[in-house]
Amino acid sequence: MSIEKQVDSGRRGLLVATCAAGGVAGLATAGALVSTFQPSERAKAAGAPVEVDISSLKPGEMQTTEWRGKPVWILKRTPEMMDSLKKTEDKVADPKSEKPYTMDMPEYCDKQSRARKEHSDILIAVGICSHLGCSPISKFQEGIQPSLPDDWKGGFLCPCHGSTFDLAGRVYKNKPAPQNLDVPRHMFLSDTKIIIGKDEKGEA
Amino acid sequence: MAFVEKKLPADAPVVDKALNWVDSRFPLTKLWNDQWGKYYAPKNFNFWYIFGSMAMLVLVIQIVTGIFLVMHYKPDATLAFASVEYIMRDVPWGWLVRYMHSTGASAFFIVVYLHMTRAFLYGSYRKPRELIWLFGFAIFLCLMAEAFFGYLLPWGQMSYWGAQVIVNLFGAIPFIGPDLSLWIRGDYVVSDATLNRFFSFHVIAIPLVLLGLVAAHLIALHEVGSNNPDGIEIKDNIGPDGHPVDGIPSHPYYTFHDIFGVTVFLTIFSAVVFFAPEMGGYFLEYNNFIPADSLKTPPHIAPTWYFTPFYSILRATTSEFLFVVQAGAVAYVALIWLTTKLPQMLKIAIAAIALIAIAGMMPGALDAKFWGVVLFGGSVMILALLPWLDVSPVKSIRYRPDWHKYVYIVFGIAFVTLGYLGVQAPSPAGERVSQVCAVIYFGFFMLMPWWSAMGTFKPVPKRVTFAAH
Repeated sequence: MSIEKQVDSGRRGLLVATCAAGGVAGLATAGALVSTFQPSERAKAAGAPVEVDISSLKPGEMQTTEWRGKPVWILKRTPEMMDSLKKTEDKVADPKSEKPYTMDMPEYCDKQSRARKEHSDILIAVGICSHLGCSPISKFQEGIQPSLPDDWKGGFLCPCHGSTFDLAGRVYKNKPAPQNLDVPRHMFLSDTKIIIGKDEKGEA
Repeated sequence: MAFVEKKLPADAPVVDKALNWVDSRFPLTKLWNDQWGKYYAPKNFNFWYIFGSMAMLVLVIQIVTGIFLVMHYKPDATLAFASVEYIMRDVPWGWLVRYMHSTGASAFFIVVYLHMTRAFLYGSYRKPRELIWLFGFAIFLCLMAEAFFGYLLPWGQMSYWGAQVIVNLFGAIPFIGPDLSLWIRGDYVVSDATLNRFFSFHVIAIPLVLLGLVAAHLIALHEVGSNNPDGIEIKDNIGPDGHPVDGIPSHPYYTFHDIFGVTVFLTIFSAVVFFAPEMGGYFLEYNNFIPADSLKTPPHIAPTWYFTPFYSILRATTSEFLFVVQAGAVAYVALIWLTTKLPQMLKIAIAAIALIAIAGMMPGALDAKFWGVVLFGGSVMILALLPWLDVSPVKSIRYRPDWHKYVYIVFGIAFVTLGYLGVQAPSPAGERVSQVCAVIYFGFFMLMPWWSAMGTFKPVPKRVTFAAH
């Protein structure tokens, strides 16, 4: 007598149905476990805009504030620093910031200075390199120095993989970082008070 | 079948009776004999063969010290750094347990890299040991995961920014990347959520997988038998007693061989633990003694030494280097089409894949960051293919053409150079050198099906080379 003849098709059908039901329950459980990896509600709620006072910031100085757990730089550029941006225009990979990293450059920002037109000397950028997320370090000194090209005009150097950025946070050509630094949505509450993560259109 | 228990004489020692009682219910003696006691290993093992058991010893050290560290450590972003310092300063002998664990991590990689070098030299991954190699490869991946997850736990500057960089690697994958790295972190930045899940992976998930893989690695080894420095199969020459004439039981012979290795290892290990636990910043990086600061990356960030060869390949992948990779892909496809007898369909498939990759490397397509991650991953994964890339007629380096030794030496130098450059700060000269080394690294593996069969091979002996001592 062959094995086939002993198979009770009714029971075989029930067996298949049971396995299918068990499989669905198993997959659903796995789905729940995988979902626990997502940001929690608390983490999602922690992205409120921050207000910064820049009254003590002198030209050529930078201050760092925290927004959504990331460093946000506020750099007050000197006229010489602003001039350097014209010289770096053809050395940077994306001079018009057409390829954004995680957020589009706000439309009220100038293409070259990457700052609001009424305060074009003040650069506000998220200090996170678009390569692998290190925070670049300030290299405002011009000229010859280690890890930098000899015709350095001042800017930022990422310590992790050597990407360089100009004083508007635009990445130089042929560097590991593919995009310019993010410029968050922001607005000036007064000449010395800035809010980051919020502008005339509401929260970013 | 009815249960039959072997009857021992009434005056048999109590120990024998107890063992007999157990053996009737659980194959204790059989397991011991199969896995070690009467496992016949080639009699010509040299010092390269002590690293397997040494790796087991380090695994035990890591698990035992890890258990005690968890009793004092706090997986909480606000408390983690201080709890490690508490272990170092206030817990009696806590510093010793912590330094044993941190030194053990580096020791594990030293031992495993030497263990893999042995396999390279004597062709231990060749048929019929492909699965042993694959299990070993999976163990290597688990070790890398353990080391990576564990490195976040002290919550120092290097912990934080190292994790930031590696998690962001996944962000380079087109379309799903940014969401994937968000999912891994569980937050928009590396945070408490990340620390907690890494802790869970480090202390339970990966160790469980690791132990299973170690068991599989050993079971597979003891099933097919060990290779040896001559690369010949001792099972082809069975003596009248049913055992290989060139084999000796692991116990007591290799028990003592390995214990000697263990004493040498523990001497060096203790010296490092007591006198140089930081090893000049290589085993414990100085920046990791500063608490994590999400607003400031340390001026020089590098992974721990055991990751740096692969990390250098990641760093070497610039948009300029992609032109070299494109040229390499074209040459490689041409080589396959002109010199191999692979089925036409396979050749077409290979050409198509290469074409897609070349198109993806064009300026304006997928950026260098993505390809850096691909080459970084590929440089690790390519190790898994070794049993199928090596087609030389002999296994051991001893009977290969002499120039093969130089190929291995050049590969070794390239690998070490990549490792060295990976701990250094990025520099234009270093970038060029690491690009050359990356080409050598991939060339070694990808051209292996050609070069490993070339040259005049020496005659392989019937019996192992062994001088009684």
